[in-house]
Amino acid sequence: MCATCGCSGDGHKLTTFVPTGKPRNIGALQVDAGVMVQAAAGPPTIHAPEPSKTLIEVERDVLDKNNRLAERNRGYFEARNIAAFNLVSSPGSGKTSILERTLLERGTQTKFYVIEGDQQSARDAERIAAGGTPVVQVNTGKGCHLEANMVHEALRQLDPAPGSVVFIENVGNLVCPSMFDLGERNRVVVISITEGEDKPLKYPDMFRSSQLCLINKMDLLPYLKFDLDALKAFARQVNPELEFIELSATTGQGMENWYTWLNNQKTQPHPN
Amino acid sequence: MHELSIIHSIIETVEATVAEQDAVVEVERVLLQIGDLAGVEVENLEFLWPAAVQGTVLQQAECAVERVEARAVCLDCNGNFALKNYFDACPVCGSFWKEVKTGEELKIKSIELCVQPADAVATATN
Repeated sequence: MCATCGCSGDGHKLTTFVPTGKPRNIGALQVDAGVMVQAAAGPPTIHAPEPSKTLIEVERDVLDKNNRLAERNRGYFEARNIAAFNLVSSPGSGKTSILERTLLERGTQTKFYVIEGDQQSARDAERIAAGGTPVVQVNTGKGCHLEANMVHEALRQLDPAPGSVVFIENVGNLVCPSMFDLGERNRVVVISITEGEDKPLKYPDMFRSSQLCLINKMDLLPYLKFDLDALKAFARQVNPELEFIELSATTGQGMENWYTWLNNQKTQPHPN
Repeated sequence: MHELSIIHSIIETVEATVAEQDAVVEVERVLLQIGDLAGVEVENLEFLWPAAVQGTVLQQAECAVERVEARAVCLDCNGNFALKNYFDACPVCGSFWKEVKTGEELKIKSIELCVQPADAVATATN
């Protein structure tokens, strides 16, 4: 084992690349790999930088800054007893429609706030604002996901009241948003039955990191060849603890179950 | 393409580290540790790296990536097994209930700097 960085060669592959865009070809790769193999077999080896060189052991998560900001958001929510939910899905699964119906049907009982994340336009925010709910649109430009600092900024504008519910509608994308904690209480993944039932296997990170799966557009079931049981089985392979609620934002079927779930989350203490 | 955000985070951390140095430094190498289940495509990272580090402290730096194999412990039979995907079942009992032990790492392990003490630089320029 290398005494400096603790690398062991076992189960580790080393890839090296440089800013010229040209990979350090197989030669450099083999040299590095060779050092590691030797190190694993022999006595501890120290990466010996030349006298004018310094090796700084950073040992820090790449997303450390985002994670710390997310914890700050979480603390903010907890202090104000706010339940925040991060809604994620591929584009077109019906996140905004589910929110619209939820705000319409529950807006008199619960104070809601919405943060809308999209690459471009304020169309979703306009839809939400039309119903009278305070909303902030975050445009990520070329970005494919929301990050904790964007939510932090949006919260400063929204100033949600104590005891309220904040919905964060993430950018429609089943890949990138999974890596970025926003400080939410729960992550809710939405899938519609016009999509393939094998989505959880294709995009496992998102289903792995969510606690609830809303299955939307259930009113279309008679017209589609969609295997609901297969979807759930695939999703449970990735995340055995995932809960499911079947609903339709168009007809309203199943929405009561979603409201019950939301209420249950609100009344439970914040998870650690 | 969240790999671009990843690179920006790396640049921020390295720039902060460099700023702490009481010397003129050049970053020669960054060592990352990326688990096979970390959700990062190393090929994408490699593709984006040259453009993303232009004009930053990492412009001349080499990026080395140490991959970590994913392993999990089965919560039903306690077996320890390697996995390629989150949906892999325990090879012994077939359960999907597992605790992933390694393979989710996404870390900056170390940075190698070429250090030139500030006074040496001052002497050279005088």
